[in-house]
Amino acid sequence: MAEITINNTVIQTDAAADTPLLYVLTDELQLKGPRFGCGLAQCGSCSVLVDGVETRSCVTPISALQGKSVTTLEGITAFYAAATGQAIAESTPLQDALIEQQALQCGYCYNGMIIKGTELLLDNPSPTESEIRTAMNGHLCRCGTYPRIIRAIQTAGERMQTAGVTPENGREESA
Amino acid sequence: MSTMKPFLPIRRRDLLKGSGALVVSFAFHPVVSAQSRSPVAGPPDPEQIDSWIAIHNDNTATVYIGFAELGQGCSTALLQVAAEELDLAMNQVSTVGLDTHITPNQGGTYSSSAMRRGGPQVQRAAAEARQALLQMAAVQFRVPAESLLVSNGVVSTLDDPARSVTYGQLIGNQLFNQPFTGNAPLKDPSTYSIVATPYPRNDIPLKAAGTYSYIQHMRLPGMLHGRIVRPRGQGAYRDGVQVISIDESSISNIPGARVLRMGNFVGVVAEREWDAVRAAGQLDVEWNQPENLPGNDNLFQQMENGHTNERIALEEGDVSAFDNAAIQSQFNGTGPYQAHVPFAPNCALADVRSDSALVMCSTQDVYNTRTSIANLLGMEADQVRVQYHEAAGTFGHSCWDDVAQAAALLSSMAGQPVRVQLMRWDEHGWDTYGPAHIGKARVAADSQGKLVSYEYEGWQHHWSLIETSEQTAKGTPAAEWPPFPAQQINPLTLGGMYDIPNRFLLNHHVPGLDYLKGAWLRSPVDLSFAFVSEQAIDDLAYQSGLDPWHFRQRNITDYHWRDVLDAAANAANWEPRVAAVNASQSGIVRGRGIGLGTHLASYGGAVAEIEVNIQTGEVRILHLVGAIDAGLVVNTSNVENQLIGQLVQTASRMLLEEVTFNTQHVTSLDWASYPILRFEQCPEVTPVIVQRLDEAPSGAGEEVMAAAAAAIANAFFDATGKRMTMYPFTPDRVKRALTV
Repeated sequence: MAEITINNTVIQTDAAADTPLLYVLTDELQLKGPRFGCGLAQCGSCSVLVDGVETRSCVTPISALQGKSVTTLEGITAFYAAATGQAIAESTPLQDALIEQQALQCGYCYNGMIIKGTELLLDNPSPTESEIRTAMNGHLCRCGTYPRIIRAIQTAGERMQTAGVTPENGREESA
Repeated sequence: MSTMKPFLPIRRRDLLKGSGALVVSFAFHPVVSAQSRSPVAGPPDPEQIDSWIAIHNDNTATVYIGFAELGQGCSTALLQVAAEELDLAMNQVSTVGLDTHITPNQGGTYSSSAMRRGGPQVQRAAAEARQALLQMAAVQFRVPAESLLVSNGVVSTLDDPARSVTYGQLIGNQLFNQPFTGNAPLKDPSTYSIVATPYPRNDIPLKAAGTYSYIQHMRLPGMLHGRIVRPRGQGAYRDGVQVISIDESSISNIPGARVLRMGNFVGVVAEREWDAVRAAGQLDVEWNQPENLPGNDNLFQQMENGHTNERIALEEGDVSAFDNAAIQSQFNGTGPYQAHVPFAPNCALADVRSDSALVMCSTQDVYNTRTSIANLLGMEADQVRVQYHEAAGTFGHSCWDDVAQAAALLSSMAGQPVRVQLMRWDEHGWDTYGPAHIGKARVAADSQGKLVSYEYEGWQHHWSLIETSEQTAKGTPAAEWPPFPAQQINPLTLGGMYDIPNRFLLNHHVPGLDYLKGAWLRSPVDLSFAFVSEQAIDDLAYQSGLDPWHFRQRNITDYHWRDVLDAAANAANWEPRVAAVNASQSGIVRGRGIGLGTHLASYGGAVAEIEVNIQTGEVRILHLVGAIDAGLVVNTSNVENQLIGQLVQTASRMLLEEVTFNTQHVTSLDWASYPILRFEQCPEVTPVIVQRLDEAPSGAGEEVMAAAAAAIANAFFDATGKRMTMYPFTPDRVKRALTV
């Protein structure tokens, strides 16, 4: 029986130690954020944050998660709030910007885009377009929605700066 | 989570009572709720208003739509059409998921048909429902219907606005019981307030929140997880798959997993998904997979030299005019097999019982899939219920029917519901690919730059009719679709935009059973057609000493084509000059190109700006402009998004995408061996809509791709003075082209 901290809740699973985290998230917890795309860590649809770092859950065995904290899309608002010292909102600035830009088509890539985009913005709230492209390059979109996603990440960063949100003040407060 | 009770007797009128609940259960709950069940096999009678529109007590409406939300936003746009004609606000209308027991049969969602075919049907049904509602109000108020006003579903009299009644009060939760004649008058387009606006899509907030349910999220009580076991990568379509032997002891360390087999169809099922994944990977199967493919190296040689079936697609005038023309050009080119490869591999669930079957999948045509599943299971069509749930964007016929059949087969053998999730290599390796193409163009212009002759010959095979699951399980022989035009050379993209007195189009059907499986891939084969045809046209402009935009203008009188051509050029700030005057063979060179093309309707024009690294052969696409005339554009934001997607996908297909295979099997099995465009390679894109409020919607899902492919190819010539004869423009291929 393994214990894993997911979205600040400790869960127990009797899944085999080599089971990739993705199957625990989708089948046992029935979460809809992380989702199967390739099983090869090539596309980013299964991404989660492990201690704040974007990680492919399709190739991460649950045995590797002892003592670590997993955040899925379902927990992204709480994670963002804790990281920035803000109250928990219904959505993050990035999610709002993605809706405003009507940036998606099928939206299946969105889990990974939001997880990776959040990691980027918390590290660098004012990324250049080139920095966004580099950071997001490991996340694929078959529908070709990259241009609006880039704009949404820029917009979200601008909003964070306007609101005086910086990752540092959050980290200090949560430390 | 609620428990499913299949086939609970509930009728449409009972559904009406559960106002809104039906919508919620379909759209948001991964388990199908009892309320959504009907004992009556579909389709609902399309000749009745009630099959299209239901008005609820709370003055909202449910619109029953027979088209699939594929991420293109049609579920929002079709509601815009309905709300507009009904005089309801967008928050008063909703729809339900496609289901052969609930939604009317509007045919499949392909060929950009949702707005083109579906829009007018939904529009007329909504107009007729509104007319019936006004008639009811007229009777109640004892006034002529013409003296009534409607706003947000509240009907009032012209002379006394205080006398009012809502749609919900007039008919809420009751049936219209009126035939759908299609004769109700439609609104004047100049009064539209919802149609032709960028109304935000209904599905996007849920998708951004991560609460949207895709087919991959669906679960059935008591289900097993299934995986198909096949060789990695398909061989020749005719051969299918042959099992020599299976060693079941090879998975004995996975106690939860079992092997299920019917003929040469092999699968594994397990209660835990990871057990199914492991077992499918670990099961030791000896396959007979003959070496019957040409391989990439001999593909085009075999296609051209083997037996083919000829059909004249178009013959006008006399193309011997070529012989004496002042300017002549002959250009041959080829396009590769390309894959659909949806971002999520296809998935389906089935619950097959002795006398009925439920199949949940992401088919683009629930009624057609119902027929194929019924045939597979030996049932009558009305014993089979097929539900659509959205998957990742598929852009044509990927493995959705194959996986639905696999789920049905595994459930029938397991005696339990089964969910089948394809693995990445299944989707990449067993796709029905967009067929490869050989094109030969022979075109000529007079000394004034007027086109006088156009000939095109094209070689490709048809689409595959029999899915691999059926082929392997039942031994059904491989077969191609009958020879209808959509699989063959396209007279619209092949010179159809120009005024040419003499034109001859010859289609060579390559019998497809000795090749890879094929099907329609977004803008089917049009990229290859335009790649060849528009390079030949471009060469005439070059030889004539004319700017390629101006050359095309001289040869177009149709205002649709003229407008998309000009719209693309103007948006790109095109400055006229002859192509390749700045071409260079060293360093990093830039070029720009223009092109036209479409699929079966609508009109596409595009301009590309690219950069070629002469030394490394690397091509970057810097900017793509795509202009479309798709008649009335109902939702401008959706269509702009479609254009963005088409341009980015065309960049991907022109630079990177090629199915690779040796003489035995496909070898491009994942995103490393079949790469697609990434963030860092993504060009700037400019979508342009030529809006036509007074023309019917003609489809906007794929019609600028051919033009964009042509523009990219012509930009390469402008940059280098050399022409590419095959895509994708990989560095090796580019370097070879530069040394010719």
